[in-house]
Amino acid sequence: MAEMLQETLLDIKDLKTWFKTDDGLVRAVDGVDISLKRGETLGIVGESGCGKTVTARSVLKLIDMPPGRFEGGQILWQGRDLIPLDTAEMDKIRAREIAIVFQEPMTSLNPVYTVGDQIAEVLRQHQNLSRKEAIGAAAEMLKAVHIPNAEKRVHDYPHQFSGGMRQRVMIAMALSCKPKLLIADEPTTALDVTIQAQILELMQEMKERLGMSIMLITHAMGVVAETCQRVVVMYAGKVVEEAPVESLFGDPRHPYTQGLIRSIPRVDRAAEARQRLEAIPGTVPSLLEPPPGCRFASRCKYVTEICTKAMPPLKEVAPGHRVRCVL
Amino acid sequence: MAGSTPVSLSADPPAREALVAKAANRIQFSPGREAWRRFRRHKLAMAGAVVLLAMIGAVLLGPLVWKVPINEIDFSSHLEGPSWAHPLGTDDLGQDILARLLYGGRISLAVGFCAMLVAALIGVTVGAIAGMSRGGVDAMLMWLADLFLSLPQLPLLLLIIYLFRDALTKVLGVEGGIFLMIVLVIGGLRWMQVARLVRAQILSIREKEFIEAARALGASKMRQVVRHILPNALGPVIVAGTIDVAAAIIAESTLSFLGLGFPPDIPTWGRVLFDAKDTIDVAPHWAIFAGAAIFLAVLSINFIGDGLRDAFDPRRVL
Amino acid sequence: MSRQYLTRRLLIALPSLLGISIVLFTVLALAPGDPFSEIAANPAIPPEVAASLRAKFGLDDPVWQRYLHWLVAMLHGDWGFSFASRIDVDTLILQRLPTTLIVIGAAQLLAILVALPVGVLAGTRPYSIFDQVANTLAFIGFSLPTFFTGLLLILLFSVRLDWLPIVYSTDLHASGLKWLWLEVRQSIMPVAVLGLFQGASLVRYVRSAVLDVVRLDYVTTARSKGIGERRVVRRHIVRTALIPVVTLVALQMPIVFGGAIVTEQIFRVPGIGSLLISAMLANDTPVVMAVTFVFACLVVLFNLIADVLYGWLDPRIAFR
Repeated sequence: MAEMLQETLLDIKDLKTWFKTDDGLVRAVDGVDISLKRGETLGIVGESGCGKTVTARSVLKLIDMPPGRFEGGQILWQGRDLIPLDTAEMDKIRAREIAIVFQEPMTSLNPVYTVGDQIAEVLRQHQNLSRKEAIGAAAEMLKAVHIPNAEKRVHDYPHQFSGGMRQRVMIAMALSCKPKLLIADEPTTALDVTIQAQILELMQEMKERLGMSIMLITHAMGVVAETCQRVVVMYAGKVVEEAPVESLFGDPRHPYTQGLIRSIPRVDRAAEARQRLEAIPGTVPSLLEPPPGCRFASRCKYVTEICTKAMPPLKEVAPGHRVRCVL
Repeated sequence: MAGSTPVSLSADPPAREALVAKAANRIQFSPGREAWRRFRRHKLAMAGAVVLLAMIGAVLLGPLVWKVPINEIDFSSHLEGPSWAHPLGTDDLGQDILARLLYGGRISLAVGFCAMLVAALIGVTVGAIAGMSRGGVDAMLMWLADLFLSLPQLPLLLLIIYLFRDALTKVLGVEGGIFLMIVLVIGGLRWMQVARLVRAQILSIREKEFIEAARALGASKMRQVVRHILPNALGPVIVAGTIDVAAAIIAESTLSFLGLGFPPDIPTWGRVLFDAKDTIDVAPHWAIFAGAAIFLAVLSINFIGDGLRDAFDPRRVL
Repeated sequence: MSRQYLTRRLLIALPSLLGISIVLFTVLALAPGDPFSEIAANPAIPPEVAASLRAKFGLDDPVWQRYLHWLVAMLHGDWGFSFASRIDVDTLILQRLPTTLIVIGAAQLLAILVALPVGVLAGTRPYSIFDQVANTLAFIGFSLPTFFTGLLLILLFSVRLDWLPIVYSTDLHASGLKWLWLEVRQSIMPVAVLGLFQGASLVRYVRSAVLDVVRLDYVTTARSKGIGERRVVRRHIVRTALIPVVTLVALQMPIVFGGAIVTEQIFRVPGIGSLLISAMLANDTPVVMAVTFVFACLVVLFNLIADVLYGWLDPRIAFR
């Protein structure tokens, strides 16, 4: 059991995903290392533009390759590098081994096909089912994600579902082939707060039932605190801190992480200590020509001369806890 | 964390600014320059712009330089191919084709641009009124636009010219009358697209925050429209404008080609083609040069329109 | 698609038809001079017919009455008498309408068969060599006026090479396969001219629609399901890109008719387009009015077809 928990499923090594634009080369993901073990929920946090979505999509190679390209690094899935694989090979891994759920349930489902058809599409691709069987299995999946009246609703179109329901459909679709890893890219950001909790609960339930791992991308620290076992903090295309969740919240080392945690509004603390909500001043630097030193330097309270000269490496400061900072 | 002194405590503001700037490392462009830069990138659009300017220059200044008269009839040299005396050859009456094309070009191109202006004027006005008023007025204007869009353009164009030609000629003289009629009718059947665009822009920008802000600051409706909304709507309208010019040139040429446009002695490019079509077996150069003139003008304008579309609405990441 | 939707679209079509008829009639009413001066001047027309034509067009009644008379007559197919051709206008038009519809239909079919694959390929491989070439060819295609292309084709295939006939003959003295062969031979050029012109702008529309769809989230979702790129293109990209394209094709119909008029003139195809022109040149007003009215009806019909197709292709619409 212990060995199974230790097995590394996904190992992203020094991944560089860059984009060629009219203005130059955007280094969206610039040397990122992330590893994920079986049965683990890994959270990837950071503000918009830090590269977390690009990282997630890079795993399944869902990046448009004319503007985007893999400049370097490896994506090892169970020891096998995914980067050199062609589309046909990737298709065997998509949905079957690694599945992904996106942020916008409104637009992530094709409006002209019924939800049953769309779920059946995945099933028929990876399993040899007739159309009837596949729709039946789709209805089962809808039941599993707690959509009421599943038998009937399997013939409905996406626009007939509410936002939260649609996200459940997306999850049902993603998990229909029982993948080993579910990548959830901001799955609750576009939903109401009450629905958010339900979806997170659902994901946890499915994780336990299927024994899978989850890579949860989000910018909400609260969500991470609740659901993840380990956390990776990204900033401007690089990983700046990585730790087990208690360690990250208990002893955040990187000034950016500290800022993120401090900027979670907490009514009780504010009332007690009459503290002002602390925001991190400034904005993310351009990814076109990133500054030579630490990328957070322009917004850091503790910035020194050394910080702007060279990029600090990731150092281990506690077991399982690594930080990219000179402090 | 031990060892280094936090900069914010000891450094003076300029030094910190410098550090911030170095770390931030940003580049900025103004939107107008951006658009021009993107347009320049579009090779075909630039080529089109060059060709169109050359054609405009040719028809404006050409007749001053190339002084061969357009209606000098000379049966001895009829239907001749290109030569030094007549670089584009002669037609069945021995008239110089180059001179006729240069002269007629003024009218063909002028019709194109004027019709576009008519369409743009009507379109912007109707679209602005519809977008700003909402409710009944908006619905009615849009129904009107839909109606006009359903009208079969060429048949209607032909119908109006057929019915009103004589009367207008009597009032305004042949050239003026027909010019006005053709410009008004072609422009009058093309305003709908512009109106829709302007209305859509207004509706979308109306809801945006900076309009709310302006309104909160007490800006009058008119001011809102002019200062904030119209400049944003400009892009798509300009693109639609170029399409209108091309369409208008084709419409006028079609009319003239069918024999129902300008009177026979005015050599608009379509008319020249009309005259040329019956002798195409023995004198192809005549029709080919006339047709090529229309083709080049329309092609250049279409390329320019495409370049403008890319310039104002960049979705390319390449 | 619900019957509700269908009925609603039908009901909207009627005011359009009314609106167009009002515009046409207004144009006629505003026209100075007596459009029927030809009738009076033409000795071949018996005075009773002339008088009844005047009565029908109610030239002495108040405007709104004239409009109603005229509208009722138009809808009944009572389109008057053509003095240029000496037969009833409705017979004349019905004789020639099928030819126009066949040419337009074949041209649109050709346009779609060419434009759809080219547009999809160009849209799924933007900025590739294929895309750039296809784009440029498309631009050239719709910048070439149909009358110019027609003339060039005649010059090449009829005059120089003598492969195809110049004049379209309605009296093909042949039957069976030979007739079909002759019919195809004489239709190739007009259909090709119209079809390629339409195809050129259609390529750009399809390409643009595909480009719009390709960046949408559900395409990425489809790809993430591992169903293979070809299925993604076919089932998710093309199927949804078709929706705006269908509307566009129908909205282009008024322009296609214009092109048909020109093509019929050049190739002397005996359809209602060339009829319109010859009627105008002969000052045969009843024919002019009737043909314009028929064109208007066809446009409304095609708009209706587009609405129905749109509702069929996009389930979101029909539920409103």
